[in-house]
Amino acid sequence: MLCQRCQERPASVHLTKMLDYEKTELHLCEICAKSVGSELGFMFGPNFTFQNLIAGLLEGDLGVYQQPSNGKELYCESCGSTFSNFRNNGLLGCGECYHHFQSGLEPLLKRVQGSERHVGKVPKRTGGKVRIRKEIEDFRSELQQAITREDYERAASLRDEIRRREREL
Amino acid sequence: MINQEDLKFFLPGWVFTEGEASDVAFSSRIRLARNIKGIPFPGFANEKQLAAVIELVREAIVKNSPEFGALDWIQVEDLAPNDRLILVEKHMCSPQFVEKPHCKSLIINQEQSISIMVNEEDHLRIQTIMPGLALENALNLANQIDDYLEESLEYSFDECRGYLTACPTNVGTGLRASVMLHLPGLALVDQVKRVLSALSHIGVNIRGMYGEGTESFGDLYQVSNQVTLGRSEQDLTNNLKSVCRQAIEQERTVREALLKDSKVQLEDRLCRSYGVLTQARVLTSQEALKLLSDVKLGVEMGIITGINKINIRKLIFLTKTSTLQKIVGKEMSPAERDFNRAKIIRDSLNS
Repeated sequence: MLCQRCQERPASVHLTKMLDYEKTELHLCEICAKSVGSELGFMFGPNFTFQNLIAGLLEGDLGVYQQPSNGKELYCESCGSTFSNFRNNGLLGCGECYHHFQSGLEPLLKRVQGSERHVGKVPKRTGGKVRIRKEIEDFRSELQQAITREDYERAASLRDEIRRREREL
Repeated sequence: MINQEDLKFFLPGWVFTEGEASDVAFSSRIRLARNIKGIPFPGFANEKQLAAVIELVREAIVKNSPEFGALDWIQVEDLAPNDRLILVEKHMCSPQFVEKPHCKSLIINQEQSISIMVNEEDHLRIQTIMPGLALENALNLANQIDDYLEESLEYSFDECRGYLTACPTNVGTGLRASVMLHLPGLALVDQVKRVLSALSHIGVNIRGMYGEGTESFGDLYQVSNQVTLGRSEQDLTNNLKSVCRQAIEQERTVREALLKDSKVQLEDRLCRSYGVLTQARVLTSQEALKLLSDVKLGVEMGIITGINKINIRKLIFLTKTSTLQKIVGKEMSPAERDFNRAKIIRDSLNS
């Protein structure tokens, strides 16, 4: 397999890190392993964390993450954290960082999560319109299924639920 | 002899219950990561902010009557180092949590099926554990606790990214679902690596219970979901459940085949382990786990009789370092621990 960082040379260094509940793997060629390793100090150091791994993956994404044209570092107004902070230790400073570091985080989320959009649970009390929109979505797909099974009674009651929520929006 | 009442303190409550597919599935765990809006994540917050988080959570728990039974607060800082490690051994919290316990709290229920870490990597890590294959039940309970806390707390949530977490590997659902599988049959026929690597292509991570690499002591493997964003909690849990079911079927098939084709060799191996376990004077924790794994398999397959399955599960926990030291009542050198470990196991199996 190819090195995950340069995508050019064959991977000959295979790292597996077991951290509590997570196993992570990194496959690098010798050259990238040396350069990533020396930057992160993980080769023989005890402090290699999953966060360092994230930072390491970001190193490989440098082509995707461009410095903003005014030359300024990505900066979170809310907590004062910078994107460099995140690249160094793999942890964000606060919820607002997701907004301020968006351009840098998107490629990472695509790579690590395979997706950028949340489709799961929404907070019950404070979910607000998001929650209602999600309920409508869920009901719509259930409606489709009910129609396919010709369960028109259920379909009708689902349609009412959907209408009720659309009015709330 | 160990006092039975004391045992309840040393052991998580779920050990005493048989779960579904408990011949292969040891335990199931759900973890939800949550943060409070407007306060930096624990890695970036100052002491005042961390204290504020604890206060808010305290109020949240007190305000509404809990439907989950009494919840105890533990200030990890106030615990002796050995007692802190017992919490880790019982899977109540992570090793990092007890390493730097300042401004951190732990909330546990009596059963020890619920544990909430406050100010670990995220403000809140809600965890539920149940015996056997029980992901749905564990998820339902975790969701209930999540909803209960949310009645008084405002979560950091974004329509696009979901529940916001300190590390992007948890963002979205904030869900880490995992199952501990006991795979001695597959290990015996050297098929664990093959099965596990096939599974790793379907969105799950596998790690051994102890040790590096895919090797594992006691043939216990933890399987968990890889992604947290872009799929619903139900989807992620169902996927993991179906992967586990396949692994369980494979394990059971191998066990049956071994019984059919190599009965005598299998019996010999398992009974020898039983012999050592009941007679040894010194046992390292590695060896104890290996032998307990063999004996557990022997009991599951009806080859070894007269031993309660619950007993085996209890011993897996009782022989861990800090728990052992607590039972004996003092810090010990490795040699002393090995001696006492063997003694506790002997006493338990021969009574």
